[in-house]
This record gives sequence, C-alpha cells and structure tokens, in this order.
Amino acid sequence: MGALDGTSPTNKASVQKSDDAKGYYKLGDKLVDASAPTGPIKDRWTNRKFENRLVNPANRRKLSVIIVGTGLAGASAAATMGEAGYHVKSFFYQDSPRRAHSIAAQGGINAAKNYKEDGDSTFRLFYDTVKGGDYRSRESNVYRLAEVSANIIDQCVAQGVPFAREYGGLLDNRSFGGVQVSRTFYARGQTGQQLLIGAYQALERQVAEGTVEVYNRHEMLELIVVDGKARGIVARDMVTGEIATHLADVVVLATGGYGNVFFLSTNAMGCNVTATWRAHRKGAYMANPCYTQIHPTCIPVSGDHQSKLTLMSESLRNDGRIWVPKNVEDKDKDPRQIAEEDRDYYLERIYPAFGNLVPRDIASRAAKYQCDDGKGVGPGGLGVYLDFADAISRLGRDAVEAKYGNLFDMYQRITGENPYEVPMRIYPAVHYVMGGLWVDYNLQSNIPGLYVTGEANFSDHGANRLGASALMQGLADGYFVLPNTIRDYLADGPFEKIDDSHPEVLAARESVESRVERLLSINGTRSADSYHKELGHIMWEYCGMERTDEGLKLAIGKIRELKDDFWSNLRVLGTADTMNQSLEKAGRVADFLELGELMCIDALNRRESCGGHFRAESQTEDGEALRHDDEFAYVAAWEFGGGADGEQMAAPVLHKEDLIYTAIEMKQRSYK
Amino acid sequence: MRITLKIWRQANASDKGGFHGYQLDDVSPDMSFLEMLDVLNEDLNARGEEPIAFDSDCREGICGMCGLMINGQAHGPEVTTTCQLHMRSFKDGDHITIEPWRADAFPVIKDLVVDRGAFDRIIQQGGFISANTGSAPEANNLPVNKADADKAFNVATCIGCGACVAACPNGSASLFMGAKVTHLGLLPQGQPERETRVVQMVAQHDHEGFGGCTNIGECTSACPKEIPLDVISQLNKDLRTAIKRGH
Repeated sequence: MGALDGTSPTNKASVQKSDDAKGYYKLGDKLVDASAPTGPIKDRWTNRKFENRLVNPANRRKLSVIIVGTGLAGASAAATMGEAGYHVKSFFYQDSPRRAHSIAAQGGINAAKNYKEDGDSTFRLFYDTVKGGDYRSRESNVYRLAEVSANIIDQCVAQGVPFAREYGGLLDNRSFGGVQVSRTFYARGQTGQQLLIGAYQALERQVAEGTVEVYNRHEMLELIVVDGKARGIVARDMVTGEIATHLADVVVLATGGYGNVFFLSTNAMGCNVTATWRAHRKGAYMANPCYTQIHPTCIPVSGDHQSKLTLMSESLRNDGRIWVPKNVEDKDKDPRQIAEEDRDYYLERIYPAFGNLVPRDIASRAAKYQCDDGKGVGPGGLGVYLDFADAISRLGRDAVEAKYGNLFDMYQRITGENPYEVPMRIYPAVHYVMGGLWVDYNLQSNIPGLYVTGEANFSDHGANRLGASALMQGLADGYFVLPNTIRDYLADGPFEKIDDSHPEVLAARESVESRVERLLSINGTRSADSYHKELGHIMWEYCGMERTDEGLKLAIGKIRELKDDFWSNLRVLGTADTMNQSLEKAGRVADFLELGELMCIDALNRRESCGGHFRAESQTEDGEALRHDDEFAYVAAWEFGGGADGEQMAAPVLHKEDLIYTAIEMKQRSYK
Repeated sequence: MRITLKIWRQANASDKGGFHGYQLDDVSPDMSFLEMLDVLNEDLNARGEEPIAFDSDCREGICGMCGLMINGQAHGPEVTTTCQLHMRSFKDGDHITIEPWRADAFPVIKDLVVDRGAFDRIIQQGGFISANTGSAPEANNLPVNKADADKAFNVATCIGCGACVAACPNGSASLFMGAKVTHLGLLPQGQPERETRVVQMVAQHDHEGFGGCTNIGECTSACPKEIPLDVISQLNKDLRTAIKRGH
C-alpha cells in the first residue's frame, strides 16, 4: 500500500511505458511558461501587478479589446475593461449577455474570508485546490486564485448581489465539496444566476457609458492572426447571416467549456467549442483536453429524445443513501418492495470511512460499475437509487423538505415521480471540463494578443475541480487577473492599423464563407443532431468515466469514420442569409468531431489515473486511481497538426510543460 | 401520445407569417415540450422541410432564453418555463397552438424567436449599482437586515424571459422593472441611485413601446419565478417619490 500512504507517490512496479499512443501524435519541444513568476509564492502576484506596465488613462480609449462570451469570466472582464476606459467589443451567441451558462451554477462560490474563524486562509484554499486537482494544476496560478478570492465577494456585495445572510446581517457561509472549512458564499441554489446578473448589470452600465459595444446573436467562427498576433475575429450575425470581420488590438476568449462534445451534458444547448477550436487550428495550444468532470448526482436519461441532462446539487448525498439491488432480477421491481437485505449500499460497503460522500469521480465511477454489472435501474438500466427513506424517518419529512425541497420539486417536474415516496434515480453526467486552451501566468495563449479566461482555459483546476470553484475562477479572471495582465501587452499598442482588405483578414473571412457554403451544399440525408448524438455515444463509452488503451483507439477510428460521413452525408436545410439554427449546429458539430479525436489522443497518451481521468491500466490492486508523477507531472499542450476542414487531421504535436511544486508536497489521495 | 400542432411560422421580421399544422404520432409523456419540438424538427429535416426556429439554451429553467405562447398561455399550463414543461401535462389527442411572444416591444425575428433587446436597454438606464471593480469596501462592513436580503433575493430571481410582457393585455414590462427596482432598492448599496434609477428605467420602458400597467395581474400568474405583483406597487411608489423630489 506504499502508493496510498502519502509518502511514496509512485508505484514503480506498475509503471508501463506510455508509448502505446505512438503513431497518434508527434512529440514536440518542451513548453516553458516564460511569464512564470518567481520568488516566494505569497509575493508573486503582487510583484507581477507592479512589473506589468501601465496604460495611460488617456490612451485607453484608443485601444480596442474584443471579448467573446459573457459568462462570469467574459462579462466581468468586459465591465472592468470598460470601466478602465478601454474600447470593448463584446460578442455572444445568446440574445442577451445575461443568459450565458454561468447562470445555471447552483451551489456557491469559494472565498478565503475566514469569516467562520475555522482555520481557513489563502494558503488553505490554495492547498485544497491543488490537492483537489490531483496535483495537475499550476501552483502559481492557483495561489493567485485563492489570493483574489476575497476581493470577489467584496465586489459582488457592492454590486448588490443578494448573498445569503445571518440574522445579524452578516454574510453566511456553508461547507461544500468535502472540504473541512466553511468558505462557500451562496444565494440559495442560484448563486451563479445572482453573480452573473451582477456582472451583467455592470456590463450594461458600461454599454450606456459607451465604453462597451455589444454584438448579441453573433457567433465567432474564426480567429484573425496578423503577423503572429491575434487581431480580431470573424463572426456570423445569427439573425441576418452576415459574415463580418471585427478587428482589435487584443482578443479575449471567455467562451466556456466543451462538455457538449458528449452530446448529453449539464451544459446549455448552445455551449460549444468552436471559438477555442478555431483558435487551436490557428496555432493556439489545447491543454489537457481529456480532463473532464463527471458529476454523480444528475437525473438519468429518460429516452432517445433526451436533449440535455439536469444536475442536482451534490448536497443530496449528505442525507440520501445510494444503492442498487443485490440481485439483477430485482432491478425492475418497485424499489419499495425490495427488502433491506437485498439492497447493496455499495458506497457505504466499499468506502466505509467516507460512504456516500466520496469525491465526485469515485461516486460516478462506482455507479457506472454497478450498471455495467447489470444492476442499474430505470430506463436502459442506467441509474442507481438515491434513497431518502432513512432521512425522512430520522429527521421527519418537513426537515427533509426544508433542506432539499427545491431539488425534490425539480426532480418531480422532470421525472413525474415523487421522491418523498419513491427513491430518486440518479446517474452521472458530464458537467465541467478542466482542459482548455493553454495560457501562461498572464492568461495569454501561445499566440500573442490572444487571452483566454474562465472554463475556456486550462490553468487552475488541474485534473479535477472542487465544488464552488468554477464561479470563483471565472470572476477572479475577469475582475482581477486579466485587467492587470492584459495592460502589459496593451502598453505596446495601439498596434499597426489593419483593415478588412488585409490579406490575412480577407483569407479568414473567405475561409468562413466557404465553410458555411460547404455545410449547406453537402445535401445528404442526416441532420447535424444525429451526428452529434453518435459522437456523444462514442465519447461517453470510450472517453467517459473509465478509459482504456483499447477503447480509446477504437474510439479514434470510429470518430474518424463519423467525420468522413458527416462531410459527405450531412443535411442542412435553409440558407446562409437568414437565421438558420441547423447551420449553427452543423458548424459546432464539425468542430466537436475534431475535438473528440484530440481528447481521445490526450487520454491515450496519459497512461495514469488522475482526478477525473481514470485509465483502467493505472489502478491499485483494489481498484483505486493511481497517478504516475515520475512520468506524467506535466501539462499536455497540443499543437494542431494540420488538415483542412473536412479532411482528416495530421498527428498533433505534444508539448509538455513540467509541473513543479515548491510550496506543496505531492501526495497520492485515499478515501478508504 | 398523438399530438396535433398548430405552429406560427414567419420567415423574417417583415414577413406576414401564418399558422402551419403538424402531426406527431409518438410523443412520450417524459419528453420536455422543447424535446417534442426537437423531434418534430428532426422529422421536418428528414422530409426536406426547414426546421422551426425557437430559442432555448440552458433547458433547466434559469437562463430565460426560451418562451412560447402555448394555447394562449405564456410558458403553457404550468407555472414554469417552457423548457421545464413536460408532455405529461398534455394528453393523447390534444391540439396545441404555439406562438411567439406577442408584444410590440418584442418584434418577431423568425418563427417563434423574438427580439427582447428592449429589456437590456431598460437595464442600461439604471438597473445596476455603480461600483467599479476594485472600489468595493470589505463585504461585512455593510450588514443587511436578513429579511430585506431574503426579499431582495426573491425578486432578483427574475430570469428576464418576457412572459410577463407576453401575458399582459397592455404589453407592459412593469413586473420586470418592478423586480429590479425592488431588488436594488431593498439594499443599502442601492440607495444612492434609487431615485434616478426608477425615473430613467421607466422612461426607457415607455420609449421602447411597452404599455402601461393597469393592475390586471396576468404578469405575476405567468411568471415562472413567481415574482409577486407588489413589486409594481413598489415601482410606482419609488417613481412617485422620485418625481416629488424633483427628478
């Protein structure tokens, strides 16, 4: 058990050479973050803010900033850059900036305020986040995140965000995500909504001030790079169909995550990878794309018509008991008729110390194993019971209702079943991606002038994100980090004037036009949705909760075949010069097909289990995840290998950025 | 279930538009209303007929992107968003009429999609607290009475879907405005701009072509977040106070 006692992180005997991905990629040069700060970890951000050059307030309005996306990371950045006096252009695909998917976050936002005097501190939040990320994130970035967390709460309260309060009028906190301190600020189960509306209102205030121009119902379809610098985007007006170029001194992508590559996820219908994938094709590295977070307590699929999955807060696991029938033949029985001795409370059995409160990835995988064994319940056998009968008899129905009433109502609305009477059915669903475009400490990608914030970048959560940390990262990046790093780049601007007739700009627009034209002219038989669903099945089966060498290789082959079929048999009706939702979907699915392949290659290369990434070949004798720090303590940053739209991609190039920990010692986690 | 649909189709803002009939023979009661439309669109695509345009995004009742008039009711027969309505609220053989939001201030873009930009422009005129990033004092230096904080939260849950406007015979956005004015007016941070806020928001509201409120209350009964009617009383009270004080 040496690997689990925290002293010997690597079980040398079980290390296997990771050359099984050979042929799928090329190994490139090592990658070093040239902007990485040095010195004591506590002083790094303070020093960096001082070192970064300033822009004279009078010059700021001459500098233009394109920000794509208006979730927490994008809206907060647009508002803050507008307040500072820059000329901001904000693009988003929804009708209003208030609809971005940050709005759906339920639980809360972490901040190291230590209002409970329970031993919390910046260092402890930093430590918990690095450990939660299974030692695959960048130390300096995470420390900075913890450091600015307290400022976020101040800012949001000043904007009028109605956080939960105690009777004395001070802010309330709760504990969340299995940590031992209470540092989570919340607004009932709608924290994301309230934070986003705060940022949205700040953004709209700048629109009225004239510092921010908004482009609603616009979808970014290409990045414009001129002389090696990001200088703008090509966007399609989703109402008129007009494809136009928009130029600026700097481009920020705050376009969220790509969980919809799985078709079914808790993401919104429109969430997509197109903005970041087009940037990747233009040279931006995609880092750790295989790191996916799968959330254990979602409402199961009810049939083939299913369009998305709904998450229920994992706080349900505090009082609910998870079980499946011991005997396969009982799985279609009314669960209330299954005797106590015929039930398997498998989490309590396998993990007696943590029971139903094991981390998200462990709970998810355990549910999958039960269903793989044929014990899954509900439609398609893809569900396990989450039973509140004990809690109701112990605490009373009223107490359970007070705690979980809104979740029970939501469950009943979607399933038509009453969870006070019949055990809930739950199943894991894709929820968040830790991977994203590679950025340096300044949040700049390897393309100068292209910055990436929030879920769209890779930097802060390593291989697994802690609960209530996504909201923290989005707002940290947008309110406090980006505005303080981007000024060092803008200090050299305004950059050389370019216009729509510049050859690079023209080429970018023409490539978008011909792609749109091509999607509309294939004139085959299958809808974009049908390809998306099929891709989702492949990803979920082979690049989901458990990944194997054999499965991933199979998946890569299947995705390539599907992509060929897509470009020869797709049917998109309607025209380009009007609102055309089928065309929008088709463009997104085309990019998901390419991303899916890269995710499988990344997962194939990473022959270790870490955080949300579980490789069956890398586990302890009793089936627990096993990291291999000697071989894989690096960020896998992938360079696009080449290949025209619709053609098979050439092998991508892997650049490894070593992860070096100086403030924290790496340990192997154990929940037994 | 077998469902007969009558759906508004309109090619663009200047097209006259009209109803088209469709038939679905195999609707599952577990489908959401929008999944039923997804299935219809797949059918249309297969038949070579252009799919019906409609808005939706989160499909969990919080983003406010979806919104349809279903048999004349905003978001249909249940108190929820269109995306959270399920087909088990209907029965085999039902006829369902689907229209976009109907209001002068929400012009139709295509089929069931409307332009709700007027809501954003109302917010731009004062639906915020001016607090530049970095200027905030320590959060706990400003205690807020818990009852006020809870009430502010309750009305801040407005999702900006526009059902209140669609349901109102006058096409008024008073419930939407009242929710924001009440949310910010209940908090100490919201006081310095309280009077200018209400005056400017109401002026923008009228400028956008929304109608006046005549206390009918259709708005609150259609609201998926159950924003109470008394936010409109608060709106009127704040407006009266502001005007009396010379704004």
